[in-house]
Amino acid sequence: MAESIKILTGNFDVPGIEQLDVYRKNGGYAGLEKALKQMSPDEIVEEVKKSGVRGRGGAGFPMGMKWGFLAKPEGVPRYLVCNGDESEPGTFKDHYLMMKSPHLLIEGMIISSFALGANTSFIYVRGELMYVINILEKAIAEAKAAGLLGKNILGTGYDLELVVQPGGGAYICGEETALLESLEGKRGNPRNKPPFPAVKGLYQCPTVVNNVESISTTPWIVLNGGEEYAKVGIGRSTGTKLISASGHVKNPGVYEIELGLPVEEFIYSDQYLGGIRDGHGLKAVVAGGSSVPILPKDLILKTAAGEPRLMSYESLSDGGFASGTMLGSGGFIAMDETTCIVRNTWNFSRFYRHESCGQCSPCREGTGWMEKVLYRIEHGKGNERDIDLLVDVAKKIEGNTICPLGDAAAWPVASAIRHFRDEFEWHVKNPEAATKKGAVYQPELSLA
Amino acid sequence: MTETIALTPERLEKAKEIIARYPEGKQKSALLPILHLAQEQHGWVSPETMDFVADLLSIQPVEVYEVATFYTMFHLEPVGKHVIEYCRTGPCCTMGGEEVYAHLKDKLGIEAGETTQDGLFTVKEVECLAACGWGPCFQIREKYYMHLTNDKVDEIIEELSK
Repeated sequence: MAESIKILTGNFDVPGIEQLDVYRKNGGYAGLEKALKQMSPDEIVEEVKKSGVRGRGGAGFPMGMKWGFLAKPEGVPRYLVCNGDESEPGTFKDHYLMMKSPHLLIEGMIISSFALGANTSFIYVRGELMYVINILEKAIAEAKAAGLLGKNILGTGYDLELVVQPGGGAYICGEETALLESLEGKRGNPRNKPPFPAVKGLYQCPTVVNNVESISTTPWIVLNGGEEYAKVGIGRSTGTKLISASGHVKNPGVYEIELGLPVEEFIYSDQYLGGIRDGHGLKAVVAGGSSVPILPKDLILKTAAGEPRLMSYESLSDGGFASGTMLGSGGFIAMDETTCIVRNTWNFSRFYRHESCGQCSPCREGTGWMEKVLYRIEHGKGNERDIDLLVDVAKKIEGNTICPLGDAAAWPVASAIRHFRDEFEWHVKNPEAATKKGAVYQPELSLA
Repeated sequence: MTETIALTPERLEKAKEIIARYPEGKQKSALLPILHLAQEQHGWVSPETMDFVADLLSIQPVEVYEVATFYTMFHLEPVGKHVIEYCRTGPCCTMGGEEVYAHLKDKLGIEAGETTQDGLFTVKEVECLAACGWGPCFQIREKYYMHLTNDKVDEIIEELSK
């Protein structure tokens, strides 16, 4: 099989790529040179629009369009904020990217800041990754010493200060308005929208918030052109995507894939995950981070219509939530038949309960209720009405909150019941068997 | 303000450098980085430390309290020399995290949220640390420990007990 194109990670295995001189020797900062010396900010925005690259944090909103919304009132500073808060369970691709190749992100930040007309930009990184923050700060100091940051970058008259900001341990700060609140030194409570950050963001000034991976595509796009980028991938899922794979696979880790790769090939090919660990079979997959609907093996490999499922925004969501899911952040969690779906769903619901900021009642109360009900089902104290109660609570959270955390909490529960209802029923009907250590529902035994 | 809660001269210098990163009048943005700096020095963030930070940033103490209590990384009580924060979220548990963490707590003879009597170890449960493919994992201060097994946990604890 041919090596697939690497837009982001092509030189990640070069020893010392985190250092400026090695990064430059391997083509680094060529995109920046071109952007600053040969292109106008509007031309860069145009190339990003043409590339069709979509937000890689999870929402998948076209980045060029987001840039196009930025308000540009006279005399008001504009900001670019990079979202490196990566906290969605199953997702560790930005962690990997920043740790491996800090200069790729920094180069992307300078290009993007120039395109947007920002002179102070921020990289907000989750506080737990303090060692990655240190890597970034070291790289920023190197770039500054080499005239790539600070005043009069590369002699072009463009000035940029780049600040790395640590978070404090809060999933909610991955939501862009919560992130801005946090960056202002406040609790991470999402803001009501509108106004959107493009009009009133950081310090009430026009702001663009983009994910680490999204920003890191800009050096390649500038060098090769947006049209070239759009040739990679499939349909409206242009380019490549970093997928962070975890769970019961032979080769967990971070992979750069061309969008459109068949899910089956991704899971079973030795070039990627190498299949499920020895002696076991695939049971279910959460394809895009813990928030997206879980799918059983049959539906992750093929759509309900029997088409091969592809790693793309469109194919993964084919069938809607009845039989599909989402690409999300690319946090790909594979589970084999030893996995108890009820326990995993309870675990995820505990996460969302813990991470709800508490601002909106449906989410604050609903996540708590779902966790409590799932806890009692998992621990042999549930009853049959609990299953419908969960579906009901999930429905009442969804769409009724300021930010998407409520939806993110509701979807895993609703989808687990949609696709694995038997397993929930087995728990409430057979509490003794279901609470034995390591007990997992086996369909063929349930008839006995 | 007592000396015990002030930052060392080096850290105070660093704090001032951090404050200068933000636009004029937006010094409150330095709150999280400075709380991390204070915690690095004291191991935890006491009410006195919060008052000190409020003073440093010319903001109200309550603005610091509400932030320090919101973010889970800040320890609001004294902790042991080594704070072990293990990831309890789905992917790490899928990879056998529950057994490994139970072993960790057995070995230290404490539950999550507690500190060993000799003051050496505190164990805390945290949510996803963005290392899912390298789990089960925990973090001790800045360092990540990944692909944990019971044997690996034994080695780490023995090493840190020396």
